[in-house]
Amino acid sequence: MTNCSECDADLSVPSDAIEGEIVTCAECGASFELVKAPNGFELKPAQTVGEDWGQ
Amino acid sequence: MTSITILYDTIRLEEKLLIESAKKNNITIEMVDCKKLFIDLDKNSHDIQTVLQRCVSYYRNIHSTAVLEGQGVKVVNCLNTGIFAGNKLFTHMLLKKAGIETPNATVAFSKDAAMKMFDECGFPKIIKPTVGSWGRMVSKINDMDSADGIIEGKESMHPIHHIHFFEEFVQRPPRDIRVIVIGDNAVAAIYRNSADGNWKTNTHLGGSAETCKITNELEDVCLKAKNTVFGDIVGVDLMESEEKGLVVHEINNTTEFRNVVRVTGIDVPKLMLEYVKGLQ
Repeated sequence: MTNCSECDADLSVPSDAIEGEIVTCAECGASFELVKAPNGFELKPAQTVGEDWGQ
Repeated sequence: MTSITILYDTIRLEEKLLIESAKKNNITIEMVDCKKLFIDLDKNSHDIQTVLQRCVSYYRNIHSTAVLEGQGVKVVNCLNTGIFAGNKLFTHMLLKKAGIETPNATVAFSKDAAMKMFDECGFPKIIKPTVGSWGRMVSKINDMDSADGIIEGKESMHPIHHIHFFEEFVQRPPRDIRVIVIGDNAVAAIYRNSADGNWKTNTHLGGSAETCKITNELEDVCLKAKNTVFGDIVGVDLMESEEKGLVVHEINNTTEFRNVVRVTGIDVPKLMLEYVKGLQ
């Protein structure tokens, strides 16, 4: 469990999470990319939709 | 054992399903985040041999494929597929040339030309960005006022949005079809039903999904469409036109398949990995 850097709400990282996965704060909707850290993951503000993203 | 490199720029459910499937089926993969990659273009200094290209960004996808393919790496899908399937106008021209039914389309290269087209050809028209997906920036234009506003907005965006691509509004049931094609087989298909009150069928926009039976006709059209863009593994999107029957409106070169797996129960990630492994 960590805190959202936008709204400080509790933000849980799934137990099967992997590096590069996007997690979204249920309170404010901010999205974060999981980045490997010595003790689990750090959260980095994520780009969730790019202008040229698709499929 | 030679490993399959899965090149990605974001981990979607699809990538997690591929990782899970590789573990379950004892297929060696290496996950490589394209955002962390730098490659000397003049030295083959990496040990990547076979790539399943999963970058969701069109530009990242085609440029990384160009580099790797140029260095002798087998990439699925190849550069031509990335370029042609990633751009709806390019796809349209190839489908037409191959005699595959697709919605009638028009392109205008400025706002003035687009407004003249509406004046002469009338409404409604569907405006689509040539690059991009998930129904974003896709609008049904019913009159001159909305045409003026939408096109004005696009003129201030990236130059790719100054290519104004319009399709006819196809009269059809409130659904479309997504077919996953791997090699020479259409392996699974779903209907994507429009959400209430929305003419778009993207499941990203709340549309629902159900299994679609793959008929010989459906498979035939999808295989032809896949070959048209030189694809290996693609998602073909079709509509059931009241006038023309099956019409292909999109070919996806890094196709999403989560709803296909959920609804049909077919192990698409396993089939994808086995196909790529078979190319080694």
